[in-house]
Amino acid sequence: MKQFIAFVRKEFYHVLRDKRTLLILFGMPIAQILVFGFALTNEVKDSEILVVDYAKDNASQEIITKIAASRYFKIRKAALTHTEILSTFQKGKIKAVVVFPANFNDELRHNNKAQVQIITDASDINTANMITNYLSAILLDYQNQINVNIEMPYQIIAETRMLYNPQLKGAHGFVPGVMALVLMLVSVMMTAISIVREKETGTMEILLVSPFKPVLVIFAKALPYLFLSLINVSAIIFLSVFALELPVKGSLLLLFAESTLFIITCLALGIFISIKTDSQQIAMLISLMGMLLPTMIFSGFLFPIENMPYPLQVISNIVPSKWFYIIVKSIMIKGLGIQSLWKETSILLGMTLFLLTISLKSFKIRLQ
Amino acid sequence: MRTLKFLLRKEFRQIFRDKSIVALIFIMPMIQLIIMPLAADYEVRNVNLAVVDNDKSSYSQKLISKVIASGYFRLQGYNDSFNEAFTLIESDKADLILEIPHGFERNLIREDKQKLFVAVNAINGTKANLGGSYLSSIIGSFNADIRMQLVQQPRFSQFPIIEVVASNWFNPVLNYKIFIVPGILAILVTMVGGFLSALNIVKEKEIGTIEQINVTPIKKHIFILGKLIPFWVLANIVFTIGLLLARLIYGIVPIGSLLVLYLFISIYLLTVLGFGLLVSTYCDTQQQAMFIMFFFMMLFILLGGLFTSIDSMPDWAKLITRINPVRYMIEVMRMVILKGSGFMDVLPHLGAVSAMAVLLNGWAILNYKKTN
Repeated sequence: MKQFIAFVRKEFYHVLRDKRTLLILFGMPIAQILVFGFALTNEVKDSEILVVDYAKDNASQEIITKIAASRYFKIRKAALTHTEILSTFQKGKIKAVVVFPANFNDELRHNNKAQVQIITDASDINTANMITNYLSAILLDYQNQINVNIEMPYQIIAETRMLYNPQLKGAHGFVPGVMALVLMLVSVMMTAISIVREKETGTMEILLVSPFKPVLVIFAKALPYLFLSLINVSAIIFLSVFALELPVKGSLLLLFAESTLFIITCLALGIFISIKTDSQQIAMLISLMGMLLPTMIFSGFLFPIENMPYPLQVISNIVPSKWFYIIVKSIMIKGLGIQSLWKETSILLGMTLFLLTISLKSFKIRLQ
Repeated sequence: MRTLKFLLRKEFRQIFRDKSIVALIFIMPMIQLIIMPLAADYEVRNVNLAVVDNDKSSYSQKLISKVIASGYFRLQGYNDSFNEAFTLIESDKADLILEIPHGFERNLIREDKQKLFVAVNAINGTKANLGGSYLSSIIGSFNADIRMQLVQQPRFSQFPIIEVVASNWFNPVLNYKIFIVPGILAILVTMVGGFLSALNIVKEKEIGTIEQINVTPIKKHIFILGKLIPFWVLANIVFTIGLLLARLIYGIVPIGSLLVLYLFISIYLLTVLGFGLLVSTYCDTQQQAMFIMFFFMMLFILLGGLFTSIDSMPDWAKLITRINPVRYMIEVMRMVILKGSGFMDVLPHLGAVSAMAVLLNGWAILNYKKTN
């Protein structure tokens, strides 16, 4: 035990000595949470659209004013022909075109039916969808406004309530996701690299022939990173609450306990990668290039997992950050307790045990 | 020039000596390009719906079957109370609750007006939002059906109606794969180039071989070029294979000119590689280089406009995207591949990445001198 503590202390010094890495280690997650917390949103606003007004009558002018007044759009007005629309889209800035046909007002008032054409640049589907939705809502709003004196018979009104996140802030979904992503990659990379590095420089051999148990060598190397990651978690939660105004509705203690579990899972994954590889470059390529996009996409914070084809849903289950994302979201925003999270918790626990077991198994084989 | 030739031969040999790295460089991006687009999908379908039908009338039944028949919603079951349905939302089993109040049918007919309640899990915006607005539009059309049944409708509408005719250009059926594949390819190529170049010089530093180069009369820019060109070639090959895969698997054929695309990618890669080299010159260990690259790569990717729209970002974040090479790459990929934009259309983007390429590589060369 005394040996182990001495060893852990050595590893701590080793990590803390490298000031530059420390700076990166702490600065990075904090900067990322702040940038992504404020910058990422699923909303669409300030989209540049073109208005082609062949009517130039009261109705079209009123609608255009309404569109201009909404924060979703910036209007670039132009009398374009249809052929010019293509080249405008190809230049890239304009996301949609709204076309009012000639005699718009006349059709609307006398025939009681007028058309508005919305052309979107669907090479960016998300934006195109949202723009169509927002524009339709504005048009419907105008229609109700001119119909205000006409009593619609048998009217069904759908009242919509936004649960958990009434202001529809992007941060509610993105912060737990970025937290799961950053913690995972940082923990996995740190351990993987630091162990492989010993192998590459040859110092691992020295450690392994020492009377010290090899398993403990690995644990001692991982321990400082657990500690550092916990500081990171604290900083991230602090920032989420005070800078991004995210709630922690559930138990803070539980949040920390679950974060510790998740970090240990990631450290175990890092250990596993380090045992299977021999050079820092390969360890890095696997833990970074191989895991960045999959973790990002399979965590569920960017794309709904239920939408994925079934085999990919199965694959998503082996991505630890998926489970941690659910846990963080549930504790912070929904305020759920451990009784609702036992499934996610035991999956992470199971993954950790599995990774550690196979790591230790293959580690012993190496020694023989 | 001769020195460069020898250097290049050495570098290529060094890269290809480690078979597992070469395999990783080519196979990992390709597997991701094949799989990731299947996962990145926002399409409104399979929205999980919990229904609380307090009315149990023929109207409420009709409404529910109309919602289900739309094919976008998956009924998670009928619940007896809102609270019961809410537990489904809590456990992520449902995204939306539709609550039909008691006396819905009777009140609608007697009082001409009746409310419905829709609750949306708004933590993760897009799906819930799109699902919610889709549900309202189904309710709207149900409303129109009811009205049609109850009122003897005149042939023409009695009140002004604005009809929206929407057409989606460049991707008329709103296929998510067409939208996401070019973006993912852009990111993968960026990662291959960026990570490899960032690790390279620093690896020589760590092993100590850089000292040997430093004592030879090789000029700095020749040395940097020798490091740059092999990765440039590799990344171009990865890009080409990616384009072929996009064509074979997803049927994406660039509408615009391949020449424009390759012109852009060649300069863009210089930017990415220059950035990697710059990071490399500043770091002492591969670990440091990796962390820095990881930090920037995440910023570049998440602020690149692929997953969330750049327009909706706050002004300071928009400023960041202006110096984000990945953003230009993703835009140009979409412009040329999906919209058929030409050289003049991408000229501003080309200008931006060229300026960055000159700046970053110049900086890397200068900074490398210092460490000498």
